[in-house]
Amino acid sequence: MVAFTLPKNSKVVRGRTHKAAAGARRIKRFRVYRWDPDVGGNPALDTFEVDLTACGPMVLDALNKIKDEIDATLTFRRSCREGVCGSCAMNVDGTNTLACLKPIDAINGDVAIYPLPHLPVIKDLVGDMTQFFAQYASVEPWLSTDSAPPPSAERRQLPADRAKLDGLWECILCACCSTSCPSYWWNGDRFLGPATLLQAYRWIIDSRDEHTGDRLDYLEDPHRLYRCHTILNCAATCPKGLNPAKAIGEIKKLMVARRG
Amino acid sequence: MTARSPLGNARGLGSARTGVQHWWLQRVTALALVPLCLWLGVSLIGLTGADHAQFSAWVASPLHAIGLLLTLGTAFYHFKVGVDEVIEDYVHAEVLKLAARLGNSFGVTVVAAASAFAVLKLAL
Repeated sequence: MVAFTLPKNSKVVRGRTHKAAAGARRIKRFRVYRWDPDVGGNPALDTFEVDLTACGPMVLDALNKIKDEIDATLTFRRSCREGVCGSCAMNVDGTNTLACLKPIDAINGDVAIYPLPHLPVIKDLVGDMTQFFAQYASVEPWLSTDSAPPPSAERRQLPADRAKLDGLWECILCACCSTSCPSYWWNGDRFLGPATLLQAYRWIIDSRDEHTGDRLDYLEDPHRLYRCHTILNCAATCPKGLNPAKAIGEIKKLMVARRG
Repeated sequence: MTARSPLGNARGLGSARTGVQHWWLQRVTALALVPLCLWLGVSLIGLTGADHAQFSAWVASPLHAIGLLLTLGTAFYHFKVGVDEVIEDYVHAEVLKLAARLGNSFGVTVVAAASAFAVLKLAL
């Protein structure tokens, strides 16, 4: 059943406050979720005052500045800092997004930063993505064919068929959508979630793939596919502007279409 | 806890190869309920102030009795399928889930049969 009380050690308590240096002109407060497995106990919300006159424009810039100058133990994933790698996905100001694409100026008041919801926390803002990536691997996200490719040539695809992959190939697997989905929160062990289903559809709709039916067979399940009730949290939160719910709807249409 | 690999867990017991029928029937019954509910709503407004004899006479018309039976059957089936979804979403303990699904099926069937009997009793 749904748990109405939080498990032990889930309550977020007030943490430490790091004041800005004297003379700071544009102070913005960042309230950041902290939890250290070596210490255990309850997670805490630390407050960092950052002088925006000496900080880049994005939330990731502030996190880097905090890590570089205030508290080196602050732990988060980041790599490309331009919305391509998907590493710095986190919950900023109540919405899952990429810290590198979220302008600090777009947030009124203090900036609340939490890990992606409903992932087991490894440390601070780093969630455990093991299940997420295993589910992604389970849909076999690669071209699957039985026919040999044309000799000395690539498999050909009409421009119109290639266009069907637009809005799908751009997914960077940051998990913002899946971790914003209540169905994935409650049934994430069996429901594949919006990101994996969008990726599954990317291969289902690929004209070069020859195992479309097998892919649909794999998804035809009350839990894997049909836990999606199209509430569109996924589309609302996607930092790349994609629409996983639409992809899931297309899969459901194909499930009906193949019954004749 | 289990030492199974993450991929093994993700694949689980495999695909149930079902679900599309359930999903499709929920949509079909929803579509059917649009005209049926409109008809029933307009009819009931038209019967405002009617006494028992007038209402019984209305139900006794074959067209109205058939319409009522169709509306009730479709609505109860739609309700049953919808509650199944809620149970699948929120009830995770297998025994409890099975009990809830069976309770839903049996409960809806009993109420639907009683409703059909009420219509037929007035109509026949």
